[in-house]
Amino acid sequence: MSLESIEQLDDVMLDVLREIGNIGHGNAATALSQMLGKPVDMDVPDVRLLDLNETVEYLGGPENLILGILIELGGEVNGMLLYALEESFASEMIEAVLGKKPESITALDEMELSFVGEVGNILAGSYVNALSALTGLTANISVPTINADMAGAILSVPAVEFAARGSRVLFIDDRFRLGSAGIKSNMILIPELGSLERIFTQLGVGT
Amino acid sequence: MITVGIADLNIAKAPERLVTYALGSCVGICLYDADRRIAGLAHIMLPWSKEAAAGGAKSGSSGVAAEYRFADTGITELIRLMCAAGARKHALTAKIAGGAKMFSFNSSVFNIGERNVEAVRRVLAAYEIPIIAEDTGKDYGRTIFFSAEDGSLEIRAASKPVLKI
Repeated sequence: MSLESIEQLDDVMLDVLREIGNIGHGNAATALSQMLGKPVDMDVPDVRLLDLNETVEYLGGPENLILGILIELGGEVNGMLLYALEESFASEMIEAVLGKKPESITALDEMELSFVGEVGNILAGSYVNALSALTGLTANISVPTINADMAGAILSVPAVEFAARGSRVLFIDDRFRLGSAGIKSNMILIPELGSLERIFTQLGVGT
Repeated sequence: MITVGIADLNIAKAPERLVTYALGSCVGICLYDADRRIAGLAHIMLPWSKEAAAGGAKSGSSGVAAEYRFADTGITELIRLMCAAGARKHALTAKIAGGAKMFSFNSSVFNIGERNVEAVRRVLAAYEIPIIAEDTGKDYGRTIFFSAEDGSLEIRAASKPVLKI
């Protein structure tokens, strides 16, 4: 099998990615819940291919303020993971652990940034562990980098990876919900195409 | 107001305004013929079309042509459209914004903003179009409004005062 574009993914392949997301983020929700001392729920992830302008709309429009946590994947699975946290989700999460809400997510102090980075580690670590357990492939995660800004600007970074090859991103909508409020976090997976091929080959899909 | 999407471009005549939202590492190229009062705006994502050719760049599903993604082909197409609408190539001036480094990794993809700005400069220089104002680099997103009325460029960021260049 040779994937030349993300647009060649079929329904079975998307199901595989959905299931990896389901397992990985089930673990992440448990870990987050323990860390925050609050219930964190998760819906079954929805996996879809969106073009860039659609993805931006999905995240609340180009100028919607989000907290982006970007993590690089290395080893046998290369790519990037981007977590897009809504401002309210990020604020509540910070309040749960550090005792007070940040004034603005665009001006987080060192303590708050370090905590957000840790959340990124937990989310990405859980996802990658599930991926490794299912496929037998090794994947390492980088130290998370964080920036709060307009959704469109945050997305431009992973989008570049795609723009050179196709025009769609793999959007894994894995809505975490914190407490009673329906506030959410989304994950966007930007796998290198060769790594996706390896994942599907290991699982015997599409070969 | 005419909205220009990601990897998209468009032109406007006075008194209309062009807008493109949330430029991150992307660059907004604003060209203007002051006498004819014709403005053009391109929102590019990547520097060079030939570098991406091996990756099988195709047209986007939203109907945006693949060429609009790149600095070289995007600017060329913008100039062609503007001239078809009555602008003169020798009279064009440029203002550019964007090309931020949104995340502080070291790998090349994270320096894409800088590479985009560099490509835009080289393409504009090749067309002998002077850059008369710019707001590029740094680490934040920008929304820009470009007026065909007077060629002014207004730049808004999430936590910065409005800038007019």
